[in-house]
Amino acid sequence: MKTLEEIRKIREEKRKELNIRINNNVGTKEKHILVCHGTGCTSSKSTKIIETFRKIIEEKDIKNVQVIQTGCFGLCAKGPIVIIRPEDTFYAMVKVEDCKEIIETHILGGKTIERLLCKDIDGTKVNKLDDLTFYKKQKRIALQNCGKIDPENIDEYIAFNGYKALEKVLLEMSPDKVIEEIDKSGLRGRGGAGFPTGKKWALTKLSEGKQKYVVCNADEGDPGAFMDRSILEGDPHCVLEAMIIAGFAIGANQGYIYVRAEYPIAVERFKIAIKQAREYGLLGKNIFESGFDFDVDVRLGAGAFVCGEETALLESIEGKRGQPRVKPPYPAIAGLWGKPTLINNVETYANITKIILNGAEWYSSIGTETSKGTKVFALGGNVVNIGLVEVPMGTTLREIIYDIGGGIPNNRDFKAAQTGGPSGGCIPKEHLDTPIDYESLKQIGSMMGSGGLIVMDDTKCMVNIAKFYLDFTVDESCGKCTPCRIGTKRMLELLEKICNGEGNMEDLQKLEELATNIPKTAICGLGQSAPNPVLSTLKYFREEYLEHIKYKECKTGQCKALAKIQIDQTKCKGCGMCKRNCPVEAISGEVAKPHFINEEKCIKCGTCISVCPFHAIR
Amino acid sequence: MEKNCIEQKLSKEVEEILNQYTAAKDNLVPILNDVQVKYGYIPQIAQRQISEYLNIPMAEIYGVITFYSRFTLTPKGKYAISVCLGTACFVKGSEKLMNRLKEKLNIKEGETTPDGKFSIDNTRCLGACGIAPVFTVNGEVYGNATVKKLDEVLDKLLAE
Repeated sequence: MKTLEEIRKIREEKRKELNIRINNNVGTKEKHILVCHGTGCTSSKSTKIIETFRKIIEEKDIKNVQVIQTGCFGLCAKGPIVIIRPEDTFYAMVKVEDCKEIIETHILGGKTIERLLCKDIDGTKVNKLDDLTFYKKQKRIALQNCGKIDPENIDEYIAFNGYKALEKVLLEMSPDKVIEEIDKSGLRGRGGAGFPTGKKWALTKLSEGKQKYVVCNADEGDPGAFMDRSILEGDPHCVLEAMIIAGFAIGANQGYIYVRAEYPIAVERFKIAIKQAREYGLLGKNIFESGFDFDVDVRLGAGAFVCGEETALLESIEGKRGQPRVKPPYPAIAGLWGKPTLINNVETYANITKIILNGAEWYSSIGTETSKGTKVFALGGNVVNIGLVEVPMGTTLREIIYDIGGGIPNNRDFKAAQTGGPSGGCIPKEHLDTPIDYESLKQIGSMMGSGGLIVMDDTKCMVNIAKFYLDFTVDESCGKCTPCRIGTKRMLELLEKICNGEGNMEDLQKLEELATNIPKTAICGLGQSAPNPVLSTLKYFREEYLEHIKYKECKTGQCKALAKIQIDQTKCKGCGMCKRNCPVEAISGEVAKPHFINEEKCIKCGTCISVCPFHAIR
Repeated sequence: MEKNCIEQKLSKEVEEILNQYTAAKDNLVPILNDVQVKYGYIPQIAQRQISEYLNIPMAEIYGVITFYSRFTLTPKGKYAISVCLGTACFVKGSEKLMNRLKEKLNIKEGETTPDGKFSIDNTRCLGACGIAPVFTVNGEVYGNATVKKLDEVLDKLLAE
């Protein structure tokens, strides 16, 4: 247990120690080597890099150098990433073998290692993180501490103004004042639907009942979205602190966080955060001697997409099959075990402490008329800079994909951007300049969703993409209501027919009929939004459906049954890339002469199409 | 006799897991999770024990197990291979990896080869989108994967 005075003292002292990370104090002899230890970089062996650094430092008995594991820096495509403070040098794609050179040349020799520097979009090598175009257009609020602090060290969080918002709330504000502040900030739910957060808090507070609960939805099921995971991995305490604040505001003493079991690092770090907060008395009885009690428990999800739906999540916490409940009553009235429950998503919570500390006016000055603040996007697919980006609401898709994302790789053309995962839609070229907010995305047939943003180039078949999403929904439909259980299955069958070249115009009509009726009849968000990928691709890429149906043709070669893969003899330069990469040795030809595909051997995997540097195969 | 021994050991281990939890109904999913992690599936004996401990009917437990994709009723292979079919990986061609895997091992997703050596699963996003497409073998991640890379890994394991 620590008193308020003690916490303040920890902050003051730790701030001095971390000065080179807080203020970039270049004059000092000290060095901090920050290594990303999020899931992305861990998958490319950053754990081993940390160990190697520590080993070399110990062996050489180097003083004043610390190796710190941090959360995600965002630029996952260039991982593993190592940053050296205070000079802020940004090394990309670091290998275990590079550690020795970094210590000897950079740390001891004071020289920057050119070959490990990251290339910017224009090809120039960039020294510092802040100089990368990737970071220039970003505004980090929810991700503020990610990549800056050691997520497993509560003192570092406290030094970066952690638990200051909690102090302010418990000692200076009334619950109503807290809710008023959140409401004024204009913050809306970042899980997808965009319900005003302040309103949700007010409704749950007003709801009658002694026992209330605070729940954090960290069941990030949208495939291709990983911002909630990164926040939990990089800055778990900011979510925990916000949950305590929410508990105080609505009058709850118990919180639950529901995390996917597929996120072992996030689960582990959050558990550590809870343990540390309990030890410091930031969770438990009489926090800061305010008379307010609060505690949090972790619940693991077990791989069911539908559990991201708030009522299904509640069922799952109660130990049942995660099937959604019919609403109303909403969780604010009858939630967990029938008690009033506040459910917010991870990213929503990650904004709370900043709003409390900087004020509602500051927050609402960022963003658009209806959508305030920033949004974190997981940028993925056919884009150069795959990673996590946080931009003010109202930033255009073009800015995100081309300025921050660095455009489409391999000289390909942009075809569509998909937001909102299986519930969202595909956005074509003509809407690239739409400023992104909740309303504008809805207007063009997609939705904000949790923030997955998948870029697709011109080698993608949009009918096949629609089929992919439907396949996902059918797999994940919980089976409770008929429109979703049977309707989406029928839609998938129709799409399969079309992709196999067996579809007719009547099928297309049926598909459209189902797609317009399911949203009106399904009981939860999953079913209601399931047809969105079909509706949006039909709206913007209708000609592709017609090609599949009328001409039995798939121009991209992605629909196997319709694919006729051929090498354009006039474009082929005979470089042999296709031949080398073909898994079944179906391609023959001499160097510098046009190549051929043996149709009998070809399994139509499409590898040759994507590797050909001259776009000669289709 | 030997079978009895194995069963006794298993039931004792499950009991140890159960002892970490109170007999509250909402502990069902966390308990199943522990059992799944320990054995790679949820054995019937374990189901019965959980049923008695939490006072929940076997049928209901079966319902919960089959609802969540993380829980399985059959053991995974010695080499559990997962291909990520999240959108970011799909866009980068993970479907080809999955098709190749199924073709080579001659089993479907969610199945184990008769000799118990391999099992195939699809996962929805491991969060390693930066190095998409990815597949994993017993949790080890292989990034920027191609059909060729998969073949190499697989051939090595098949030769064992």
